[in-house]
Amino acid sequence: MTWTWFHRLGSPPYVYALAARLTPWFAWPAALLIAGGLWGGLVLAPPDYQQGDGFRIVYVHAPSAWMSLMVYMTMAIAAAIALIWRIKVGHAVAAACAPIGASFTFAALVTGALWGEPMWGTYWEWDPRLTSMLILLFLYLGYMGLRAGLEDTQRADRASALLAVAGSVNVPIIHYSVTWWNSLHQAPSVMRFGKPTMALSMLVPLLMMLAGFTLYFVALLLVRLRGEVLSRERAASWIPEVLKT
Amino acid sequence: MSSRVSSATGSVATRAAAEQGAASATVAAETAAALRAARLALLRDLQLAFRKRSQLVQPLAFFALVTMLFPLAVSPELSRLRAIAPGVLWVAALLASLLALEFLFRDDAHDGTLEQYALSGQSLTWLMFAKTAAHWLLTGVPLALMAPLAALSLGASPAALPGIVASVTVGSVTLSLIGSIGAALTLGIKRSGALLSLLTLPLSLPVLIFGARATELAMHGAPLAAPLELLAALAVLGVTLAPLAAAAAVRISLE
Repeated sequence: MTWTWFHRLGSPPYVYALAARLTPWFAWPAALLIAGGLWGGLVLAPPDYQQGDGFRIVYVHAPSAWMSLMVYMTMAIAAAIALIWRIKVGHAVAAACAPIGASFTFAALVTGALWGEPMWGTYWEWDPRLTSMLILLFLYLGYMGLRAGLEDTQRADRASALLAVAGSVNVPIIHYSVTWWNSLHQAPSVMRFGKPTMALSMLVPLLMMLAGFTLYFVALLLVRLRGEVLSRERAASWIPEVLKT
Repeated sequence: MSSRVSSATGSVATRAAAEQGAASATVAAETAAALRAARLALLRDLQLAFRKRSQLVQPLAFFALVTMLFPLAVSPELSRLRAIAPGVLWVAALLASLLALEFLFRDDAHDGTLEQYALSGQSLTWLMFAKTAAHWLLTGVPLALMAPLAALSLGASPAALPGIVASVTVGSVTLSLIGSIGAALTLGIKRSGALLSLLTLPLSLPVLIFGARATELAMHGAPLAAPLELLAALAVLGVTLAPLAAAAAVRISLE
């Protein structure tokens, strides 16, 4: 087993070219899966017997919520790799992740609130999952705020990477303490979605949306990564050559 | 022949044992030196703090002030205040400890002490631990001693006070530790107050949840061991990991 592929990932021009080459391989499947999932979820799937057509927002809400956590983990892993092995591209990946993750978290919160109105009769319920999402949004905002506050890119990279790693240690603790907190203040659970015994015609579109959102995130990350690499290496000699073609 | 072999192995074994002994002796000496340095740093911080007493008093005054805002804003009825007292106490304590974080590293970063710490060759982790311990002694413990007064003014019964003191004492350990990471990361950023709160408050939420729960149980006269043990677990986790992270953050900030 040779590790050359791994070492080459440390080289900005190589990563820039690789990201450009890989982007369509993620973007097109993502577009197809999301289009198929939306068609299946919004048109083909039958209305829910309790929630009617209102449940269909799950096809945006659940994948967004899933992505918000996954992007955070991606960010923390990239940051840890960059911090431990001093790989600059890792910092670029982590920095590129944060705004995407914050957007997914925001989308999950907004769709959750919109869903809550018909289901709970209120836009905001202090439900443990929604509360965890809100805290996650603040973790993203803190990460981006720290990056914005530090002018020197290297210091911003390393400080924000440490914050991401510290946050990832804390995320499970926060999640469980919020769940614990909620179980004490047992709000009248108007609508508790039990373990989903979802009909297959509802589940398949959801899984397609999950896969589509994941691939969409990767495609978006690759595009943002190229931007990050360009702005970081703006003084390097390989950039004019790459941009000419 | 066999005796020679055995004596050779014996001598190798004794030499290995001697080397191991020497190695463990150096490790022990290094640890002793690190602990001595940490003790000196702790004493220095305490001494400096007692020379600038206003820094000690300000977070406490802030704590009392925030607690006073609630009767004025909500209602002077003790029955209503009693219902929100645990939350009020803990939010006020969280904000006061956040306010006090500013004093943790600022002066030392300004006059170069932190750089000297980093260059001293002593374990920066232990020094950070000492600084955080000093900070806890100077803000967490006074807050815990203030908390009964605030709790009484919000309608808590005297029987609840020991539980409240215990929960604030244990919880403020974690608050100081989490805060030390945030303060180290934001070193040198001008007007970092809002950013510091954005970094540390989300991470402090478990302390708030368990602390407020312990206070609530104490006020109802119920056993509060469960949330108190969870607070202690958080404190142990914080003591184990936070000084490492704070030391790394200080090194990053000094680069």
